[in-house]
Amino acid sequence: MERMRYLPLTSSDRAEMLSVIGAGSVDDLFVDVPESARLSGPIAGLPDHASELAVERHMTALARKNTVAGDVPFFLGCGAYRHHVPASVDHLIQRGEFLTAYTPYQPEIAQGTLQMLFEFQTQVARLLGTDVANASMYDGSTACWEAIGMARRITKKSKAILSSGLHPHYVSVAKTMAKYTGDTLETGTPVLTAETDIDQMIAAIDGDTSCVVVQYPDILGRIADLTPLAEACHAKKALLIAVVTEPVALGAIRAPGEMDADIVVGEGQSLGVGLQFGGPYVGLMGCKDKYIRQMPGRFCGETVDADGKRGFVLTLSTREQHIRREKATSNICTNSGLCALAFSIHMTLLGEAGLRRMAGINHANACRAADRLAKVPGVKLVNDVFFNEFTLDLGREARPIVRTLAERGVLAGVSLGRLYPGEDALANGLVVAVTETVTAEDIETLAKALAEVLGEVLA
Amino acid sequence: MSRYFTEDHEWIDVDGDVGTVGISDYAQGALGDIVFVDVPEEGRELSKGDEAAVVESVKAASDVYAPVSGTVVEGNAQLADEPALVNSDPEGEGWFFKITLSDASELDGLMDETAYAAFVAKL
Amino acid sequence: MTINQSGWKPTSPEAKDGEVPATFTGNRALMLEEKLIFEIGDDKTTGVDFAEGDVAGSRLGDLSRKDPIGLPGLSEPETVRHYTRLSRQNYAIDLGLFPLGSCTMKHNPRLNEKMARLPGFSDVHPLAPVDTVQGALEVIHQLAHWLVTLTGMTSVAMSPKAGAHGELCGILAIKAALEKRGEGHRKVILVPESAHGTNPATAAFAGFSVEDIPATADGRVDTAALKARLGPDVAGVMITNPNTCGLFERDLKDISDAVHAAGGYVYCDGANFNAIVGRVRPGDLGVDAMHINLHKTFSTPHGGGGPGSGPVVFSEALTPFAPLPFVEKTGEGFRLVEEENADDHHADSFGRMVAFHGQMGMFTRALTYILSHGADGLRQVAEDAVLNANYVLRSLENTLDAPFAKSGPCMHEAIFSDEGLAEGFSTIDVAKALIDEGFHPMTMYFPLVVHGAMLVEPTETESKAALDQFIGALRSVAERAKAGDASLKTAPHFAPRARLDETLAARKPVLVWKDKAA
Repeated sequence: MERMRYLPLTSSDRAEMLSVIGAGSVDDLFVDVPESARLSGPIAGLPDHASELAVERHMTALARKNTVAGDVPFFLGCGAYRHHVPASVDHLIQRGEFLTAYTPYQPEIAQGTLQMLFEFQTQVARLLGTDVANASMYDGSTACWEAIGMARRITKKSKAILSSGLHPHYVSVAKTMAKYTGDTLETGTPVLTAETDIDQMIAAIDGDTSCVVVQYPDILGRIADLTPLAEACHAKKALLIAVVTEPVALGAIRAPGEMDADIVVGEGQSLGVGLQFGGPYVGLMGCKDKYIRQMPGRFCGETVDADGKRGFVLTLSTREQHIRREKATSNICTNSGLCALAFSIHMTLLGEAGLRRMAGINHANACRAADRLAKVPGVKLVNDVFFNEFTLDLGREARPIVRTLAERGVLAGVSLGRLYPGEDALANGLVVAVTETVTAEDIETLAKALAEVLGEVLA
Repeated sequence: MSRYFTEDHEWIDVDGDVGTVGISDYAQGALGDIVFVDVPEEGRELSKGDEAAVVESVKAASDVYAPVSGTVVEGNAQLADEPALVNSDPEGEGWFFKITLSDASELDGLMDETAYAAFVAKL
Repeated sequence: MTINQSGWKPTSPEAKDGEVPATFTGNRALMLEEKLIFEIGDDKTTGVDFAEGDVAGSRLGDLSRKDPIGLPGLSEPETVRHYTRLSRQNYAIDLGLFPLGSCTMKHNPRLNEKMARLPGFSDVHPLAPVDTVQGALEVIHQLAHWLVTLTGMTSVAMSPKAGAHGELCGILAIKAALEKRGEGHRKVILVPESAHGTNPATAAFAGFSVEDIPATADGRVDTAALKARLGPDVAGVMITNPNTCGLFERDLKDISDAVHAAGGYVYCDGANFNAIVGRVRPGDLGVDAMHINLHKTFSTPHGGGGPGSGPVVFSEALTPFAPLPFVEKTGEGFRLVEEENADDHHADSFGRMVAFHGQMGMFTRALTYILSHGADGLRQVAEDAVLNANYVLRSLENTLDAPFAKSGPCMHEAIFSDEGLAEGFSTIDVAKALIDEGFHPMTMYFPLVVHGAMLVEPTETESKAALDQFIGALRSVAERAKAGDASLKTAPHFAPRARLDETLAARKPVLVWKDKAA
C-alpha cells in the first residue's frame, strides 16, 4: 500500500525520515516488542482498506435494516425522546473548530468551547432551578449515580432511597456501582396507579438516609410536587436528588430546584442530540452552591486575561482525577462536550418563548393522544397528571402487542414488560410518549391499530 | 506561648491545652497562590498525623496533617472567603484550626523555630 | 480622453509606523469578540417556529411553571453567527497539528460523520423492538468482532461511555472475578507512578487501595519492584502500554505471567493503542482487560471534550464477568443480552454501567474508520504514528532535553523536559509560545515522572511538511527559552486571549452568568 487516503506520508518521505532517525526500517522502531508478540503482517481474516464508496455502501446497507423513527407513527420515550432538531444545530456542531477541538486545557485558544460551556452551565442551572451546573456528564444514568455518591460524601451517610418511579436502567446502574462502594439502596418496582410513591418515600426516610432519588416526571409519566419530599429529607439531614429524563418538561412544569431539591440531574438528549440508539447523550447536573466542591466533572468559570479582558477557563479542577488521583470526587475524565454544545444551541434557538411553546405543544398532543387512546376498548389511562408521556393499562400483556404493532409499522411505545421483565403486575402497562413530532394522523393510526390488535387478541 | 513545627510544614502555637495550627511561610511559598482551604469542623477527633485539612492551589491539592492528637474546637471560617490569607499571613491570620491537645508530650517530637529554619534551609 | 476617477482605489501598502490602533468594537478584523447569549438574547425571541394555534389541555396538576426561567433566545441568523464566531476562537485539528501527547489528536474523516447521520442510525430509539433494530445490533457486533480480533482477546464490553468509564468496567470485572473465587480480600492494585490520574481514581472508586510502582531510569516500570510487591493481597496491576513516556513496556508479558502466578489480573490502559494497532495484540502479552478509546485510536471526534467511548476487551478469564448489555448473534439475527436473559449463560456479569447500549453514534463512526483502513491500513497507522514521533524525537533531541532518548526508539509520542531552559523559564512558556507559532501546545507537565514534561504525539495523519514546520517552530521557541527571551513569559501575543487568571477563577468561582445590572 503506497498511500491510504487518510495517511499523508509517501514512501520517499518514510525513507527520508528513517534516515534522519538512523533506523534501517520501520521494524527497527518496534524492537522493544518481544519477538513472540510481533505480528509479521496484517492480521489474517480481516479485510483490507476500502474506498469511501465501498464503505458507504456497507454502512448504508446496515442502516437500512433499521426502522427509522421518522418513517412511522412513533411513540417511544422512557428516557429517550424524539424531538425536532433545527437544521442549524447539526451544521454548527460540525464546524471543525468545535468538532475537532480537544478539552479546553489551553484556554487562550479554546475560548469558543469555554464560553459555550459557561453558557451551557447557566442554561442548565436555570432550567433545573439550581444555583450552579457543571459542564455535563456522560448521560442521565451515570449522572444519577454520581449524584448518589455526592450525597454520600456530603452527608457522610450511605443509605439511598430510590423511588420506584426511577428509570429501571438508572436503578440498575446504581445497583452495580453500589456493590463496590458500600452504599445501601432501597428500591422497588412501580405500581400501575395514578399516585406516585412520594408518601412511601417520606415514610421511609430515617437518620441513616443519605438521599432520596426521585424521577420527575417518573417512568410512568406521573408528576408530583417534590416540596414535601424535600422538607422530609432536610428534616433528617438527607439530600433530595431529582432526576429529569425529559428536560422539555421543565418548559411547562416547575423546576425541581425551585422545590428545594439539593441536586438535580438529567438526561439532556431531548434537546439537540437526537435518539442515536441510546448514545452519545449528555448528562445534566446541577446543585446548590454550597455543594460545588463535592460535584464531579468539569466546571468552566469566568475570569480575566492579562490584558483585563473577560475570558473563561476550566476551574475547580483540584476535585478531579488528574490532580486528586485516588482522592478525586469521581474518576470521570471527559464530559459530553459536543452533545452539550448541541443542547445549548438548540436551547438558544428556542429561548424561553420557544421552549415554553414547544412544551405546550408536547403536552397538548399528549392530552389529545391520551384521550383518544383511552377510548380504545379495553384500554385504561393510568395517569391523572402527565407531561408528554403517560401509561396505558391494556388489560393484557403489552409486550407482544408492541411487537405486533411494530410489524404493522407502528412503534407504539415501550412496554413495561420490556423494562420490568418478570413483573407480572406491570406486564399490561404501555408507556406512550407524544412529542411535537407526532401528528393527529399518527395518533389516529395508533388508536386504530391498537383497537384492531386488541380486538384480534380478544376474538 | 510557644510555637512548634513539623517536618510536613505545619506549625502549632500552644496556649494552655489549646493549639492553633497553620502551615508555614515556606509551605505557602512552595504551594503558590492558595485558592481554597478545607478546614476541619468543630468536634472532629484527630490523631497525630491524620489528614486534618486540605489546601489547594490552582493545580494541586495538598493535605495538612494534625501535628498533635486532640479535638478540633474551631476551624478558621475566614479562610472560606479569603483563602489568600494563607499566602499573605500564613503564620498569623491564615491559621487553619484550633485543637485541644490530648497528649502534650506529642509536642516533644516537634521542632522549634530555629530547628525548623535549619530544616528548611537544607531542602 | 476622459479622466474617469470613479471606482475603488487600488491598495498600495505603506510601511506601518507605530502602534496598532484600537477599534471601536474591540474586534480585530476576522477576530471577532462575542458577547454571551445572556447579553444579546431575550426571553421573547425565538429561532424556532412552531405550528400556530392554541395549546389546549392541562393535565399538569398544580405544577405549571409560572416564574420566568431566564433562557434567552436568538433568531436563527443570530444563533448561527454567535456560534460561528465562538468556533473561530478555538484551535482544532482541522486548523493544524495538535500534538497533545496521550490524546491522539488525528484527522477525523468526514465520512464517519456522514455515516453516523444516516437516519437508520441517528433516528432509532434504544428501546425499539429488537426486530426493528437489527442493523444497529449488527454494527455493534461487527465493531466488536474487529476490536476482539485486533487485540487478540476473547470478548468485548461495548457500553462504557469513555476511557475512564472503560477503566472502571475493567476494574469491576476484576473485582467480580476475585469475589467469585472467594478472594475478595485482595485489596491492592499496583499502579506505575507514570500512570494517568484516572487509573488510581478508578481503582480507589472500586474500593481498592492503590500502591505506586516506581519507574526505572529508562522510563519503564521497575519490573523487579513490581514482582517483589506481588502477594496474596494484590488484586492486580494497571499498566499503560505503550506507556505515558512513549515507550513500549518490554517486560509486559513477563509481568503478566508473574501477576497471574500470584493470583492477580492485568489491566492494560489502552489509551495509547494507536502506536501498536495491527502490529501487536495485547492478548499476546497476557492482558486480562483493556479499554480502547474509540476517540483516540479509531478517530471519533474529540468534540471539545467528549463524547468519548471506551469499549473494554477481556481475556477468557474475565469474560464471564463483563457488564450488560451485549449483542449476540443468533441463528436468525442479533439479540440483546440484558438483565432479562443474562441468567441463561451470563449470570456472573457484574451488572449494568449505563442506560441503553453505549455510544452508538461513536460505534458507527469507528466502524466506518476501521473499514476504511482495513487490516493493512490500521497496521500502517501504527507504523506511521511511530515513525512520525521518532522523527520529532531525533530532530529535536539536540535542542531540548529528551530524558529517554537513549532508551531506544519511542513509540507514538516523544517526551522532552524543561531541563536546560534559562533560569525562570519552564514548559508553560514554551507551550504558550507555540500558540503564537500557530500550533496547539504539547501535553504539559505529564507524566509526573519527568520534570516539566513536554509530551509530543504527532499522530500518523501529519505530513512530513507539517512535521518539519512544527519541528522548526519548537526548535526556535526552545532556543529562545534557553536564551531567556522575556517575551516568552507573556506569550501568547496573537491568540484571542492573553494568559488567563486561573487563580482568580478558582478563588472566586463564577460558574453561571448573573446579570450584574440586576
